[in-house]
Amino acid sequence: MIKVALAGNPNCGKTTLFNDLTGSKQHVGNWPGVTVDKKEGTCKKNKDIRILDLPGTYSLSPYSAEEIVAMETITGKNGEKPDVVVNIVDATSIERNLYLTLQIMETNVPMVLALNMMDEVTEAGTKIDVSGLEKELGITIIPMVARSGKGVDELLRAVEKLAVSKSTPKQLPIFEEIKKLEADAESEEDKEEAEVAVADIRYKAIGDIVSKTVKKKKASKTEATKSDKIDKILTNRFWGIPIFLIIMYAMFACTFSENFLWLGINSPGKWLEGAVGTVWSWIVDGIAEAISGASPWLQALIVDGILEGIGAVLGFMPLVLVLYLLMSVLEDSGYMARVAFIMDRIFRKFGLSGRSFIPLLMGYGCGVPAIMATRTLEKEKDRKITATITTFMPCGAKLPIFAMFASTIFANDNQILVTYSLYILALVAAIVVSLLLNKFVYKSEASNFIMELPQYRIPTIKSVLIHGWEKVKGFGKKAGTIILLSTIFIWFLSNFNADSFNGKNREMNEDNSVMCENMEDSFLASAGRVVAPVFKPLGFGEWRPAVGVVTGWIAKENVVVTFAQLYEEDVTDEYLEQFFADMSLEELEELGFENGEYDSEAAADIYAEGILFEGGDENALPTMRKDISTKAAAYAYMVFNLLCMPCFAAVGALKRELKTWKATGGAVLVQMVTAYIVALIVKLVGGLI
Amino acid sequence: MTLRDLKPGQCGVVDSIKGTGNIRRRVLEMGVTPGTKIDVIKVAPLGDPVQVELRGYDLSLRKDEAEAIILK
Repeated sequence: MIKVALAGNPNCGKTTLFNDLTGSKQHVGNWPGVTVDKKEGTCKKNKDIRILDLPGTYSLSPYSAEEIVAMETITGKNGEKPDVVVNIVDATSIERNLYLTLQIMETNVPMVLALNMMDEVTEAGTKIDVSGLEKELGITIIPMVARSGKGVDELLRAVEKLAVSKSTPKQLPIFEEIKKLEADAESEEDKEEAEVAVADIRYKAIGDIVSKTVKKKKASKTEATKSDKIDKILTNRFWGIPIFLIIMYAMFACTFSENFLWLGINSPGKWLEGAVGTVWSWIVDGIAEAISGASPWLQALIVDGILEGIGAVLGFMPLVLVLYLLMSVLEDSGYMARVAFIMDRIFRKFGLSGRSFIPLLMGYGCGVPAIMATRTLEKEKDRKITATITTFMPCGAKLPIFAMFASTIFANDNQILVTYSLYILALVAAIVVSLLLNKFVYKSEASNFIMELPQYRIPTIKSVLIHGWEKVKGFGKKAGTIILLSTIFIWFLSNFNADSFNGKNREMNEDNSVMCENMEDSFLASAGRVVAPVFKPLGFGEWRPAVGVVTGWIAKENVVVTFAQLYEEDVTDEYLEQFFADMSLEELEELGFENGEYDSEAAADIYAEGILFEGGDENALPTMRKDISTKAAAYAYMVFNLLCMPCFAAVGALKRELKTWKATGGAVLVQMVTAYIVALIVKLVGGLI
Repeated sequence: MTLRDLKPGQCGVVDSIKGTGNIRRRVLEMGVTPGTKIDVIKVAPLGDPVQVELRGYDLSLRKDEAEAIILK
């Protein structure tokens, strides 16, 4: 078995080469304790070669999570030492790329240099003397074009040869000099000076080597490359921002819109979501049919617990897929770096990266893909903070909660203002929490914006597809278990009580089920009664609203469904019959009654999801309005549901990104505390008005 | 004079890097070492950061960071 590590700068084509070598047989895991992807795979042409993709770094100095991981892996501090390091170098910016090369050479591991993007070099009229460069560095160099796969076989042969010979790179005279400088530096001041000297020595050596081996075509001032021309438009002083907003809107619309491009059709994301949902419901119906002979609790466990949980995981996959395909296009094309460039001015004020814009915007659609989008932020601190605050945004599933309250308690107010003020509040909360986290939790890390703006390139379909698939798989595996288990757990709490286990329920229920007939007798309701006083200062210290918060963690729109179930005295058969009585056949059919015929069995569900979700009944749930009696309390309840822990699917995504339970728990704690404090302020201020 | 003082289209040669810590280290690693020629390409639409070209590639940095780069 030959262990190969791929090392290189960001944007040097490392991922493309990794995909070339491993095909679809790759495994994405995590480096211990950091939010950095660890990708491994077996080479498809030689099953004896195992390839590990190191995070892209400009240097091996241990100052960021990525650099530490790369350094420790190369030197063998992080598990087994690689047999061969393949250093990928973007030949179009060879000087800066060779800086990392020299650092890898200093570690004295057997290495091959893959000189990538040779096609662009040739096109630009630059000539690189490869054998001259080989002599200078004393390592094998393979010129290649990873995008088209050219040179990959030669690279493999070089790796195989080196694994046998184990020859290490030439140790340049400057390495001695550097070691001496670093060893001699004692005080902090000396060290700072040594750093300048070391960087200077390395770049001087690179300058010498490059001047001997690289001949650039004399560039005339007037001649701009294709990439420069594109950049002139995309980051133009006047057009830059409008174009940026259009691209962002298009991305959002493709993923979440139900009226795509105003054509009255679903966007690819929503369409796929619907298709998956339909197929899944057939499967669920089939299974339900097949097990209809089993005992009622087992049927319910399978249908309402397990299958519901799996459905929740499946339901998010299309959104994750579509958003990720689009993100990879932006990333691979080079535009993502410009997003940061354009937005930095605004976001740095909040202690975030300009790239945080994308997760926060996507948070308005759905928190799950939004949290997963934080992986493309450059800095670990930004990834963690953005993942924590992204779910403050009012995602699609929170809208029914707002609609229900706006149409009832705020029936006589400006309902649009009520809803939009929540959007603003979400943004303000996100900004304030980000600032506080920056100040108190991640205070040591000063932010900077020293980064490369890569050339624009047309993304390859293969790389985009592999990226998208990888994300979906990762979400299913890592987040799936959490979502499934927590959904089953809440299902258990809301359908069982102590009498389920002493036979009393079985005697009382007509169908001999051990489950409790009404949710208000369940464990969940008992727990709600215990917890309710905590919410007293927020104005909704009753058990039913408290239970609503908990069922909202399965999916936020469940708050409304739960209300319709818990306030059953407001949703009686007579009330429903009267409510639907005035409607025409067409209206009834549109709402989901088969053939437009009123059906008392289906009426309750249709009332919850068709009417309450849209805010279609001004007089809905009068009893609820006794529990949440003032406008301030209702607003506080909406705010609490907006900001508190997101649904389990989002928590699963959060765990996938933050890696550890400790970090995930910390993020959820921050969310809960924020929700409580903001809701309390709302209640207190609202009480004064 | 510092890199911050240059306008798009102008260029300069690095003399030294002020400041301490991570930011200075980063600037050095990215190839901004004494004697390097830097061209200022453009300023971001909102007025900051700036885009410069050196060693055959494009680098972006904030104006505050550009201020630490002293030119000859």
